[in-house]
Amino acid sequence: MIPAAFEYYRPKDMEGVLAVLTEHGDDARVLAGGHSLIPMMKLRMAEVPHLIDLQDVAGLGGISVSDGTVRLGAMVTQSDIIADAVLADAAPIMREASLQIADPQVRYMGTVGGNVANGDPGNDMPGLMQCLDATFTLIGPDGEREVAARDFYESAYMTAREDDEVLTAVSFKVPEGGYAYQKQKRKIGDYATAAAAVQIVKEGGTCARASIAMTNLSDTPVYSEAAGAALVGTSVTDSDIDAAVQAMLGDIDPAEDNRGPVEFKRHAAAVILRRAIARAWSRA
Amino acid sequence: MSKKMHIQLTVNGEAQEFLAEPRELLIHTLRERLNITGPHIGCETSHCGACTVTLNGKSVKSCTVFVAQADGAEITTIEGLGNPDKLHVLQEAFKEHHGLQCGFCTPGMITRASKLLEENPSPTEEEVRFGMAGNICRCTGYQNIVKSILAAAAEMSASKEAAE
Repeated sequence: MIPAAFEYYRPKDMEGVLAVLTEHGDDARVLAGGHSLIPMMKLRMAEVPHLIDLQDVAGLGGISVSDGTVRLGAMVTQSDIIADAVLADAAPIMREASLQIADPQVRYMGTVGGNVANGDPGNDMPGLMQCLDATFTLIGPDGEREVAARDFYESAYMTAREDDEVLTAVSFKVPEGGYAYQKQKRKIGDYATAAAAVQIVKEGGTCARASIAMTNLSDTPVYSEAAGAALVGTSVTDSDIDAAVQAMLGDIDPAEDNRGPVEFKRHAAAVILRRAIARAWSRA
Repeated sequence: MSKKMHIQLTVNGEAQEFLAEPRELLIHTLRERLNITGPHIGCETSHCGACTVTLNGKSVKSCTVFVAQADGAEITTIEGLGNPDKLHVLQEAFKEHHGLQCGFCTPGMITRASKLLEENPSPTEEEVRFGMAGNICRCTGYQNIVKSILAAAAEMSASKEAAE
């Protein structure tokens, strides 16, 4: 499996990246960890005549937590996320989710920027970013702009990012309360059959706020506002969780594939969300 | 064909320089250009781990890295860990504890395990299984692979203590 030939660029700064993107439009793509793009190029399902490697571009790394905001540079890897003690303290759901992505070798290469920007409904970070109400920073020839994660995904592989833009960072408010990222997959390295990201705030024995998002159950990640709302004001009993699950089932739209028929996916989504809510609540 | 680029690598401590198309996959560079045939081609889709090498201190699947990305990198393969006259502790442990059957996955297993033990010198059995999850053994010899890695970890800790 050899990909089609391409011109390779390894610029040292964003100006260099944008210059190639501007010149070649959608004939150019940026390469972060490459573990989504390279397999597609090898299968010749993606043809990239101009490949821009971001590894030497300054300013795309780093995890910071300050003034109640978490910021991750686009080139932060899943392995970096797992190893970062400050992040694990501020937003433990990031570590819990990263540990469930692919395998150790892939996690050394796979980046948060690539995971969210690729627009693959199977990726875990987009759903997680819905749950955390994250903001994505994009840079293009006209400068920088910010897009809410909840407005970013249009359909599979189609996002609000323009062809001449690069996603440079993700940021979100330090999440409060209990958390869980729960994922059902057939084997190590597979995408989710169903996964759920949950953050719950408990005040005096009742749920004050809840944020719920689902992965790989539609052609975009699904933020289920209704599922979160079903829990607010309740003491999160089994019947309250059932109501949240019913609300979530109204928001997802899974397609049949080699992970199973639609009914099975809806069943798996319900089981996974029930477990995720129970676990997040127990940690709240 | 795209134009060839000048590539510099350090493989198992030895400097290598050559011209290659950027699309050349690192596993092909190692096996076909440099005759370093320890890393194997298994699935070629970044699932099986047979092609695992250490690239700038990270375990990577060399079937999913372009040689252009590796330009300037330091790479260690199984050949850089030990040789028939002086086996690496992990190689000795795999031999002793029947950690291989057909042997196809073994170079990738040992190269990955060496990095795992560098990061976590005394892992639990569960940590070994989790840390080795990117390597598949089609003989399904996982019990003895895990046993071998745990034995190597114990051996390495013991010799480190003895040295101190």
